[in-house]
Amino acid sequence: MTVTNVLRDPSNCSMTVTAEFDAPVDRVWQLWADPRQLERWWGPPTYPATCLEHNLTPGGMVKYLMTSPEGEKSHGLWRVLEVEAPRLLVVEDAFADDTTEIMEGMPLTMMRVELAARPEGGTRVSIHSTFPSVEAMEQLLEMGMDDGMRAAMGQMDAVLLD
Amino acid sequence: MVVDQMSDHEVDRLFHALADATRRDIVRRVMHGDCSISELARSYAMSMTAVQKHVIVLEGAGLVAKYKQGREQRVVGSLDAVHRAQHLLEGFEQVWRERFDRMGELLSEPTPGG
Repeated sequence: MTVTNVLRDPSNCSMTVTAEFDAPVDRVWQLWADPRQLERWWGPPTYPATCLEHNLTPGGMVKYLMTSPEGEKSHGLWRVLEVEAPRLLVVEDAFADDTTEIMEGMPLTMMRVELAARPEGGTRVSIHSTFPSVEAMEQLLEMGMDDGMRAAMGQMDAVLLD
Repeated sequence: MVVDQMSDHEVDRLFHALADATRRDIVRRVMHGDCSISELARSYAMSMTAVQKHVIVLEGAGLVAKYKQGREQRVVGSLDAVHRAQHLLEGFEQVWRERFDRMGELLSEPTPGG
C-alpha cells in the first residue's frame, strides 16, 4: 500500500487522500462491504470498532461502536447516500447516542470513496472528506486519532481552541 | 487555492514553539487581541528581553507576527481560520494513512476476512 497523493483544501475544510493497493477492485471493495473487515481497519487498534448494523444500500445505515482504551464506548453511524458497487460509496459519517440514533447538533463528515482499477493492475482508492467547519474538525479529531497524534495535536489545540 | 504543505522542519519548529507553557499562553492571548511586548512582560513578570526571545520563537513558527505602533512593538496572532484548518487536515490525513496501513495488512492476508 502506498499513499500516492494528498490534496488539502483548508479554505473548504476538505481533503482527498489517494492510495494504491495491489489487490483487485472487487477485493478492495470487500473492505467496505464486509462488516467484519470494515471493523478491522476503521478504528485504530487502541480504539477498536465493532459493526452493529451494516446496510450498504442508498438510504441504509452502517452503525458502529468504538471502544476507548479505558473501555468508554462511543457510537457512530454512516448514512448511506450513494452506492455503486464496487467503485463508489458516498456516506455521511455522524455521531450516534447509546440507542444508536443520530445525535443532532454533532458534526457530520461527508465521505466519498472511489475505487478504480489501475491499468498496471491493482486498485486506486481515493477518499474525499468534507467537514462542516473548523470547529467541527477540532471536535472530530478528538475521536479518530491515535494516542501519539492526539497528544501532539492536543498541545496545539490547547493554543488554538481557546 | 494553493495547497501548501508543511515540511518536517516547519512542523518541528511549530511543536518546539508550542512546547513551552509561556509561549502557548502568549499565542492564546494575542489571538484574542494584540499585546505590546511590555504588556506581556508585565503579565508574566519577565524581562522584556525574555519575552522578546519567546516572541522570536513564535514568529519563526508562523504563530505570531510583530508590528510597530509608535515606539511600541506589538504582537499579533497570525493563525487565521485557514491555517487552523490546514493543521487539522494534517490530523485527518494521519488518520487515513493509518487506516490505509491497516487495509494493506488486511489485503495481504491469504483468506479475505480471515
